[in-house]
Amino acid sequence: MSAFLLKRFWHMCLTLFVMITLMFFMFRMLPGDPTATVISPALYPKAQEALRAQFGLDKPLWEQYFIYLKNLATLDFGISFHTRRPVADAIEGRLLNTVLLILPSMLAAYLAGAIMGAVVAWRRGSRFETILVLVATAFQATPVFWLGMLAILLFSIKLDLFPIGHLVTPGMFPQNTLKMYISADFLHHLALPFIVNALYQFCFPFLLMRSSMLATIGEDYIELARMKGLTERRILFGHAMRNSMLPLATTLPMILGWAVAGSVVIETVFSWPGLGLLMVEAVGRSDYPMVQASFLLIAVLTIAGTFISDLIYGFLDPRIVYK
Amino acid sequence: MSHFIDFLRIVWRHPSGKISLLVFGLCIILAVFGPVLAPYGAFERVYDANDNLVRLVSPRWEHPLGTTLLGRDVLSQMLWGARPALVIGLLTAVGTVAIGLNVGLIAGYFGGRLDSLLMRITDIFLGLPFLPFIIVLLSLTGRNIWTIIFAMMIVMWRSTARIIRAQVLSLREMPFISAARTTGASDFDILYREVAPNVMPLALIGVTFAVAWAIITEASIGFLGFGDPDVVSWGSIIYQAYASQMMYRAPWWVLPPGIAIMVLVTAVYFIGRAYEEVVNPRMRDIGT
Repeated sequence: MSAFLLKRFWHMCLTLFVMITLMFFMFRMLPGDPTATVISPALYPKAQEALRAQFGLDKPLWEQYFIYLKNLATLDFGISFHTRRPVADAIEGRLLNTVLLILPSMLAAYLAGAIMGAVVAWRRGSRFETILVLVATAFQATPVFWLGMLAILLFSIKLDLFPIGHLVTPGMFPQNTLKMYISADFLHHLALPFIVNALYQFCFPFLLMRSSMLATIGEDYIELARMKGLTERRILFGHAMRNSMLPLATTLPMILGWAVAGSVVIETVFSWPGLGLLMVEAVGRSDYPMVQASFLLIAVLTIAGTFISDLIYGFLDPRIVYK
Repeated sequence: MSHFIDFLRIVWRHPSGKISLLVFGLCIILAVFGPVLAPYGAFERVYDANDNLVRLVSPRWEHPLGTTLLGRDVLSQMLWGARPALVIGLLTAVGTVAIGLNVGLIAGYFGGRLDSLLMRITDIFLGLPFLPFIIVLLSLTGRNIWTIIFAMMIVMWRSTARIIRAQVLSLREMPFISAARTTGASDFDILYREVAPNVMPLALIGVTFAVAWAIITEASIGFLGFGDPDVVSWGSIIYQAYASQMMYRAPWWVLPPGIAIMVLVTAVYFIGRAYEEVVNPRMRDIGT
């Protein structure tokens, strides 16, 4: 078991290292000078040189690479081209905002998916099943940003029930404090993106639970539970559902990681100041240190999700052989 | 080719598969003839008799879906936008599965070090955050249809490779493979004449889901402002409406492209599931 753990962990580190290296060389190998935005070619050559030296760009490539690795190891992400302030400062609060949006909405989608998937499998062939499968698929097939725009159009503009995007009402909380995150204003702003993301993510756990349940329903112990005279409800929630949860438990962390990567879209529609929006803005401004850092942070979450999924799979399913 | 005809036949026999195929066929017709049917050009700005720009008019006889802020006919843009959506979706899917299929075949068949290496690479790609990577890549390579297809292909092959490899691993030990080997068939022959046809159904499932993913992703790329600026796609129409901040005054502008994507992608998902039920016996008892 520990050998399996160690091996997966080593693979994770390797993936991360490749990702870090890829980010470094991509910006330096591909056509176009990424520094052109910060070091204007119109400057005097002397001034250009001074700026290059300031950002460490006058050194040979391999030396830059090692400095980059060393800085990352100490969580120094460099200076933003745009704000001229440390990237780490900008990223700190953004990470929390993304997690506060993605985690609850994914958990809600999984919870609803598990319950509805089980119910639908229990009532196979019903009209309820057909309709729910169609609706769930349609939500999955809808671009999430468009769903968000419609939600804003309907609930914020026409009905005036929810604010149009952002974390809180501007100016209400001068600093990002705990008080802000537990305020009613924050929850009011969270509601719409939360619902839209949960609807979009609902289909996967729902269908997964349904097929897992269908496999379970055929098992002997369900038949036995029936013979024991247990109520349908008890069999469904107490026996069948519990045993069908395995694939949901194993996929959750991985899907969470993917949802963090998908946050670029939902955060853009709702102007939600998370990692995804930060990255999109940084790309738009050619603020490459910021792009690198936000990308790497998203990648760390994605990779960690896959890793945890593997682990849970190993722990929960004794049939897995640790090689 | 015969696999493809089988694919169509299987899906056609399925009730929801049939409807989905019809929807998909309609989209193909729009993609082929859309530009001919469109009353205006993709970027054409419409002026009235007094030479005033016809901007943001609600749906009416001359403009069944209204016009945009820049006086473009929404119906025409929708008709022009069908082709990029389908071309990008199909090309990306075919490319994605072609890479994934070959990686999976080679890794599963030869095993050993080659397998470990290829699977390690696949794992690394599985760790790539999908959309963020594509955006970074597009910001560096420039944005046009081909770089978008290329960027999506680079990331999407990973899941197909894994699924195909698992299937090949179980096929490798089957009697017909050793039988082929006794007749003196080369590895290449065995791989592409014996093994590959047996994983084609899985590859075709992969193609359908990749089409769905690619269409949604292309729209997302367009929405984030990284789409091809010279091409009208359904995603870019939504982006224009969003960027102009006029969508709340002009729902006719933003509704059609979203509905079109939703209907098309839903149909593609149902086609994939209809086929999967038949070829993957484990799924057979799941009626959708």
